[in-house]
Amino acid sequence: MNTCVERLKNGIITENPTFVMMLGMCPTLAVTSSAINGLGMGLTTAAVLVLSNAFISLLRGVIPDKVRIPAFIVIVASFVTVIQLLLQGFLPSLNDALGVYIPLIVVNCIILGRAEAYASKNPVIPSIFDGLGMGLGFTFGLTCIGICREILGAGAIFGKQIIPEDFHITFFVLAPGAFLVLAFLTAIQNKLKLPSATNVEQDANIACGGNCASCVGSACAANKGILEAERVAAKAAKAQAAKEAAAKAKAAKEAAAKAKEAEGKEEK
Amino acid sequence: MNNLLNVSSSPHVRDKSSTKSIMWDVIIALIPTSVFGIYNFGLNAAILIAVCIATCILSEYIWQKCMKLPLTVNDGSAVLTGLLLALNLSPSFPIWMAILGSVFAIIIVKQLFGGLGQNFMNPALGARCFLMISFAGKMTSFVHDGITGPTPLAIIKAGSKSDSIQTILAAGDGKQQEATSVLKMFLGSTGGTIGETCALALLIGAAYLLIKKIISWRIPVCYIATFAIFILLFGGRGVDMMYLAAELCGGGLLLGAFFMATDYVTSPITPKGQIIFGILLGLLTGIFRVFGASAEGVSYAIIIGNLLVPLIERVTIPVPFGKEGIKDGK
Repeated sequence: MNTCVERLKNGIITENPTFVMMLGMCPTLAVTSSAINGLGMGLTTAAVLVLSNAFISLLRGVIPDKVRIPAFIVIVASFVTVIQLLLQGFLPSLNDALGVYIPLIVVNCIILGRAEAYASKNPVIPSIFDGLGMGLGFTFGLTCIGICREILGAGAIFGKQIIPEDFHITFFVLAPGAFLVLAFLTAIQNKLKLPSATNVEQDANIACGGNCASCVGSACAANKGILEAERVAAKAAKAQAAKEAAAKAKAAKEAAAKAKEAEGKEEK
Repeated sequence: MNNLLNVSSSPHVRDKSSTKSIMWDVIIALIPTSVFGIYNFGLNAAILIAVCIATCILSEYIWQKCMKLPLTVNDGSAVLTGLLLALNLSPSFPIWMAILGSVFAIIIVKQLFGGLGQNFMNPALGARCFLMISFAGKMTSFVHDGITGPTPLAIIKAGSKSDSIQTILAAGDGKQQEATSVLKMFLGSTGGTIGETCALALLIGAAYLLIKKIISWRIPVCYIATFAIFILLFGGRGVDMMYLAAELCGGGLLLGAFFMATDYVTSPITPKGQIIFGILLGLLTGIFRVFGASAEGVSYAIIIGNLLVPLIERVTIPVPFGKEGIKDGK
């Protein structure tokens, strides 16, 4: 049970896909023109994420390693089709608002990332909670951006008008506003020193930045090796430097003593 | 010891010009335009200019105080940004929107990217496009002599291609708009933004800048020449000199070519690059004006050009003396 709670917290806060890992930027920027669109997109993605994680986790013993990506994509695509048909049937207005971005959930990197990094290696129940956490985290991010853009650009919250039309700044409903709002929310997060993709300590030698806490890929074994080797090398270098310094100090002392002796002799 | 033997390191020849003197020279060059704008559009224009300049200075001051940066308010760059932004606004533009635009220009386009010298696009034009996108209605409603009407360029764009320019302009928009002509467009008594209408005042300011060698001829001349050729080839009216004159005098072309495309920070520094930049702007403006939905295209052309400046500079780095014929810098 502990893992499940940890997975939920991980998805919503520690590794929030929008603000910390900067994943799924395409829907994040494209459909957040209003809070309700952001919420709808987030929940749709969350539903697909939970179902695909569960299914992939169930099939993790069956899917051959070499064709796992196509297999994941097929599973994700099936669920997206199901969800899209449900939306068309029961929420046609949301379906129209989100448009092409619903089929594009298939290629959302959060879903494939979670399948690859978590569901394909872990049992079903934690995988479901991992998907739920990530999905809720994504929903939270999208809704935040959507609320900011809707207030500034259309003067409304969830469709309720609060600012008269003369004071709407249309800029924020359009594409550049999305970039601006996302950047400002991330900047605030950086200021508060919360973890994010832009404030981890970068390690230039390794592609992922050496930040294993927010690692998504599976090529970590090699990276960990590199990190370990670097640490050992750094320790060795430090020890070496300390030794050399000590030796130098010794040599300097001896030299000074000799010089004194020599001076003493000369004086004599 | 002989003083003559004391040799300092290079550079040995120094110029008196500084960021401050250059900025103030550009502001001086804009005075004829501003004065004419106030004369043409009345008190509203004066208030807009004052508000934009004051907001720009204030937001730069507050930002630098809050971020504990060295204060650079008195180098004149914020004043220039405010003035240019005001000259790019419609005279009937609401004050609070002008304040919002000024804050956007200084804080978001300039200071967030590191302040003067680091901004990737012209702050005044960035803010103009921000306002254009946000408040398209207010930005394109031009009041002249108490009458709201289209600019001469919009009249020409809406007019039939078989009529001559003189008849189209004399007919106005067919409503209460007074008759206009190419001469009026040159002298500036037409509708438009505060600073763009009077080609004569802009040319006086441009001559001042060129004589004082604040700007080089390369960007404006290449820009205007390319645009003129483009208009003659693709304007759809053949070689019609009156049409060409109207397109050159109308809209923000002269204001953009002499005062905004030549911005030191956002234009290429290499001579070849400046020529390429000018040609690029001319082509983009021509495409926007002839094939685009709007009659205007200068501000978007310059902003897109600004974004390409790093690439242009990269391919036009001059070869240092003595390195000719040596490839890859080895």
